[in-house]
Amino acid sequence: MIEFKNVTFGVNDEGTDKEIIHDVSFVIPDRKFVVITGPNGGGKSTIARLIAGIEKPQSGQILMDGEDITQMSVTDRAKKGIGYAFQQPVKFKGIQVFDLIRLASGKKISMTDACQYLSAVGLCARDYINREVNSSLSGGELKRIEIATVLAKASRLSVFDEPEAGIDLWSFQNLIEVFEKMRRDIKDSSILIISHQERILAIADEIIVIKEGRVLEHGVGSEVLPKLMGTDSAVPECKMGMAAKEGEEDDTV
Amino acid sequence: MIQFDEIQKRLLSEVADLHSVPEGAYNIRSNGAALGRASTANIEIIPKEGKSGIDIKIKPGTKNESVHIPVIMTESGLKEAVYNDFFIGEDADVVIVAGCGIDNCGNQDSEHDGIHRFYVGKGAKVKYVEKHYGSGNGTGKRILNPVTEVYMEEDSSMEMEMVQIKGVDDTERVTKSELAKGASLVVHERLMTHGDQRAISTYTVNLNGDGSNADVVSRSVARDNSYQKFDAVITGNAACSGHTECDAIIMDNGRILAVPGLEANSVDAALVHEAAIGKIAGDQIIKLMTLGLTEEEAEEQIINGFLK
Repeated sequence: MIEFKNVTFGVNDEGTDKEIIHDVSFVIPDRKFVVITGPNGGGKSTIARLIAGIEKPQSGQILMDGEDITQMSVTDRAKKGIGYAFQQPVKFKGIQVFDLIRLASGKKISMTDACQYLSAVGLCARDYINREVNSSLSGGELKRIEIATVLAKASRLSVFDEPEAGIDLWSFQNLIEVFEKMRRDIKDSSILIISHQERILAIADEIIVIKEGRVLEHGVGSEVLPKLMGTDSAVPECKMGMAAKEGEEDDTV
Repeated sequence: MIQFDEIQKRLLSEVADLHSVPEGAYNIRSNGAALGRASTANIEIIPKEGKSGIDIKIKPGTKNESVHIPVIMTESGLKEAVYNDFFIGEDADVVIVAGCGIDNCGNQDSEHDGIHRFYVGKGAKVKYVEKHYGSGNGTGKRILNPVTEVYMEEDSSMEMEMVQIKGVDDTERVTKSELAKGASLVVHERLMTHGDQRAISTYTVNLNGDGSNADVVSRSVARDNSYQKFDAVITGNAACSGHTECDAIIMDNGRILAVPGLEANSVDAALVHEAAIGKIAGDQIIKLMTLGLTEEEAEEQIINGFLK
């Protein structure tokens, strides 16, 4: 269980302090599939980074299972059971896909074990396991490898920042199956996804709407989603395709 | 049977991946003298007269054979220059493993200058691996100044792997090569300097024949107060292609000077250079930290991968 208690976060932008998250409080219970949505620039990704510990709040508390982790490092939070999939996957020179999955799993694993994580995200493991995680891979391939590392880490709470962006030819249904399998396989685990994708919102147990750094709405998915339809907090796939950035292929399978 | 002591064993394992006497032809030099030598039916190793060094003669058509010529030094204060000439016959296909390990526990400098000349015959194929390593906690420096000259005949190819990861205080490496028609040279240099080390690497590649090509790639890491200079000049004198790349990570107070140079003397020469120097990207460290590694562990993994 992760709890935000009156969390405030800001940055210094060219000499002026700019608050991004204002006094935000919410609870992500165990065994839940929670989606954070809301307009662009509203602070959704910042919340994901605050959970992972990449950013630290100026005030307020972040609790995990009741323990205050507000000042805890990224490493210690990862060890405690927080996983985080980057919106923009990081590239490395020389580090291979297998190395990254092995590091994520935190133990010695066989090639076969590592390949299972790649197959789960729809990549032909044999073709990728020895590839370097560098710019020779497409944005979609990097995105799926990023998801595979979070799968391999098997965290109590896995946070995915816009996992559907740029997943090209892989179907949405597969992505959703990955999340559902994670919940089944990892005891008491929760998944938190940052997304405006209607199909992801549709399977959420809970939806949190973040706008201008505040919680606008937090409730049961089936109750919150109808209110969001037709706004930019719940975008159907075809519209996502039109809005997709140049160079990114949208998934419309 | 040659008996190695523990330090010799460690140095041999570091520079030549050897754990015992190698298969095939070899010459093991320790503290200025030959510790062991063996020729084969196709590869002859002959000591030079009047100066230190050996001639390695590889018969034309020799296939899938290897030559190991590691050098180890464990006496402090020893300085030597060794001249090794390799004559690789036409259409031979061989692996040559050189390398030098210095263990200096004393307060005098130890220095090995290996001058290697390769005469690569028509159509011959060579893989050359050279590793440098230093150890010992004496105040005496471990110095290696290798000079490598490569003369490549028509349609020959050579792949060179030059590795210096640890413990060498001072290096000035000079590599020169001349390529005839259709010859191909690939160089992969991997270098890490730490402490107050200094490493200078100079490559001069002359592409003299049509269809010749060269690819000189360096990946390096400069830590602590160390200094590196990478200077690679490719000259295209014919219809040829050349590429040089220096990719470097700096840490702490490390300093790196990269000077890639290209000279085209033929309108059909296609030459490219790339150079990039920077610290480890912050998001790379953060990604590995989100997998549970500490910042130091993350840096180590990133550097290991980079130099792999």
